Amino acid sequence: MQERLRISGLDKTFTLHLQGGTVIPVMKDANLSVSEGECVALAGPSGAGKSSLLRMIYANYRANAGEILIREQDTMTNIVTADPRKIIELRRSTIGYVSQFLRVIPRVSAIDIVAEPAVVQGRAGDDARDAARALLARLNLPERLWALPPATFSGGEQQRVNIARGFLSSYDLLLLDEPTASLDAANRRVVMDMIGEKKAAGVAIVAIFHDEEVRDAIADRVVDVTDFTDAERVA
Amino acid sequence: MVEGDMKHGPLLRVNRLTKFYGARTGCRDVSFELWPGEVLAIVGESGSGKTTLLSCLWGDLMPTAGSIEYRMRDGRMRDVMRLSEAERRLLMRTDWGFVRQNPADGLRMNVSAGANVGERLMAVGARHYGNIRSEASDWLGRVEIATDRIDDMPRQFSGGMRQRLQIARNLVTGPRLVFMDEPTGGLDVSVQARLLDLLRGLVADLSIAVVIVTHDLAVARLLSHRMLVMRGGVVVEEGLTDQVLDDPQAEYSQLLVSSILQA
Repeated sequence: MQERLRISGLDKTFTLHLQGGTVIPVMKDANLSVSEGECVALAGPSGAGKSSLLRMIYANYRANAGEILIREQDTMTNIVTADPRKIIELRRSTIGYVSQFLRVIPRVSAIDIVAEPAVVQGRAGDDARDAARALLARLNLPERLWALPPATFSGGEQQRVNIARGFLSSYDLLLLDEPTASLDAANRRVVMDMIGEKKAAGVAIVAIFHDEEVRDAIADRVVDVTDFTDAERVA
Repeated sequence: MVEGDMKHGPLLRVNRLTKFYGARTGCRDVSFELWPGEVLAIVGESGSGKTTLLSCLWGDLMPTAGSIEYRMRDGRMRDVMRLSEAERRLLMRTDWGFVRQNPADGLRMNVSAGANVGERLMAVGARHYGNIRSEASDWLGRVEIATDRIDDMPRQFSGGMRQRLQIARNLVTGPRLVFMDEPTGGLDVSVQARLLDLLRGLVADLSIAVVIVTHDLAVARLLSHRMLVMRGGVVVEEGLTDQVLDDPQAEYSQLLVSSILQA
């Protein structure tokens, strides 16, 4: 199995200049490898650094030291030191990130929000919008909402738009931050099936699940991030 | 990589740009590259030097030191400050645009909307009245101004419409680089949202490189790929827009981000 993500020696601290320079250690010497078709779940109590790790893989947070290598065809790129243009390119082509909350854009419809990354990847607009409709239907989002901007949607409706957006495009690496947190049982089932299909297609997945039952059903491995954050190591 | 490689080279290269007003610093040692289709936000509060920087780039102010290089349409990098006056005027009328905060500063208020757009076309050599008018009409449509307003004067327009007209006037010549100074500045919030969405779509569709000065971090988040944070005339932090906003490193960036009111 080809390795898609390799993290080694990753350190992260937050320095709060407005609080007198308080340094908050987040992670010390984190190591992780994820291969194609594999789903790794991050576990640990709230505040342990699970989301921070996902954000570092997406280069949304900066790392203080270490490497995060991401495979793009035959090359591994260290996203920690990659220049901004390279990071943007990797986000377009290779890494998908489904955050917990949808960042809505005024006046842009749910359909277009879902279709946009696929269009950026080169899919024709009409084709991408058809696929977006099919995915939103599968996620049981009422059809009357599709043409509306999601600003006024409920939390669960926004989350499904967000999931559809992340799953419609073809990424080699998917980062999922509590993708089923505000969903009912039926929709949770749909999302679990969708994750299973991505795995079968060879996508490498790093995910945080709030629900152990979902996690145990989907994840091939569970990595406890407190191993990266335990007080002795970060001190 | 050869200098003539348009797709894979910077469009604009600013090196250690510095402007002093007597003993006072306007901006100091500002360096960045901007690539085709890239949107760079320059944020900071009043007095941070962001407007001085923009004025130097556009040529309203003469920098004290530093260089500004631009990749001309023939693929060659040229020092903008060493262009002849004619070359520089042509550049600013065709390949560059400037969307100002106050539309009255960027429009001719006593000629019609259609003429405001058509005028820039004529500067690049268009002479056929019918073509100019139909192109102007097309652009009014793209910025969501009803085409039956083509003969109206900008002063008969609302603030939001004037700003959209200014955008059409700038984009009609197919510029590769557009500077924007607080383009959503004095507009109502609902009007701002419409303008932002319009700008976002146009910039992406036309793959225009943009340098946008704003103090509004939400505007920067929505429109820009990268960000420079300025304070006291110097760049205190730079990076991907979401990186700077979500994990700010410099003390001043942390202050800016933590000062945003949650609606």
